[in-house]
Amino acid sequence: MGVEQKLGNMGVVTTTLEQAVNWSRTNAMWPMLFGLACCAIEMMAAQASHYDMSRFGMELMRPSPRQSDLMIVAGRVSRKMAPVLRRLYDQMPEPKWVISMGDCASCGGVFNNYAIMQGVDEVVPVDVYVAGCPPRPEALIHGIVTLHEKVRGMKFAEVK
Amino acid sequence: MEKKLKIIVQKLEKEFGAIASETRGEVSLFVLAERIIAVCQQVQGQGFELLSAMTAVDYWPQENPRFHVVYEFTSVSKNLRLEIRVPVPGLNPSLPTVSGIYRNANWRERELWDMFGIRFEGHPDLRRILMPADWEGHPLRKDYPLGYEEPQFTFNSEEIDLRKPYAKE
Repeated sequence: MGVEQKLGNMGVVTTTLEQAVNWSRTNAMWPMLFGLACCAIEMMAAQASHYDMSRFGMELMRPSPRQSDLMIVAGRVSRKMAPVLRRLYDQMPEPKWVISMGDCASCGGVFNNYAIMQGVDEVVPVDVYVAGCPPRPEALIHGIVTLHEKVRGMKFAEVK
Repeated sequence: MEKKLKIIVQKLEKEFGAIASETRGEVSLFVLAERIIAVCQQVQGQGFELLSAMTAVDYWPQENPRFHVVYEFTSVSKNLRLEIRVPVPGLNPSLPTVSGIYRNANWRERELWDMFGIRFEGHPDLRRILMPADWEGHPLRKDYPLGYEEPQFTFNSEEIDLRKPYAKE
């Protein structure tokens, strides 16, 4: 964490409130369970012992939108699912982020037809897109680390 | 054709003017739309307890009438299968419902209404089952447009991006 360098020999850490808050947000991000299709299997694998997503402070998947601040949309979003997804997103407390996992959630993937939304970004604003069909757990973890970088750079003035 | 099935098929041919055709051991009976209820009652009486599938095929533009509604019957007690096909024209397609004879036809007929726009007269609750209630059109018809988004390539990605309805916060 680099605390040792900041600590010096005074036993005191100085930081900005923004940095401290953003650090705590990245290290206790609770994703919402939103497995829609086969990508959810890779999402489960990313949390299991082999890849262990809890190294990045996110071992807790919440089944309730009111307790979560990250929505991982894992899989194709059908047109009937879209209003449900938007409703769950609206129920999540601010600040909140969305990861669009896989090709189907990002752009419709191979399903360019009447039943599937052509990208979840038509329904909710997306922060990070993870490519792959399905993405490997490493790819998902990379997407999450990318999101952490974004969160670390956030300014209070920008957050609603 | 199996002997047990042959007796039933010949009976249906004689009574209802059905036309049988056989492909690789599977029997299809072509029946006129107005006789389908009587045929289904007869088929059920012959020991076909199960309407195992009910679907439709759109042969537009090759064939006229364009739709075939397909009923698949299974007899568990006699170990037989029978397919009944009803040609339905494309203009105001409608059929009498068989949901009074086979109860599971209720949802199958709703699906056919949803996907092909075939009306089932006398159906107790004919509304969409798969698509959203306010959907326009019937997606499995051959003249229904395929996708609604153009694939993005480097030469047109910016142009499509401008038109794409991105969500707001």
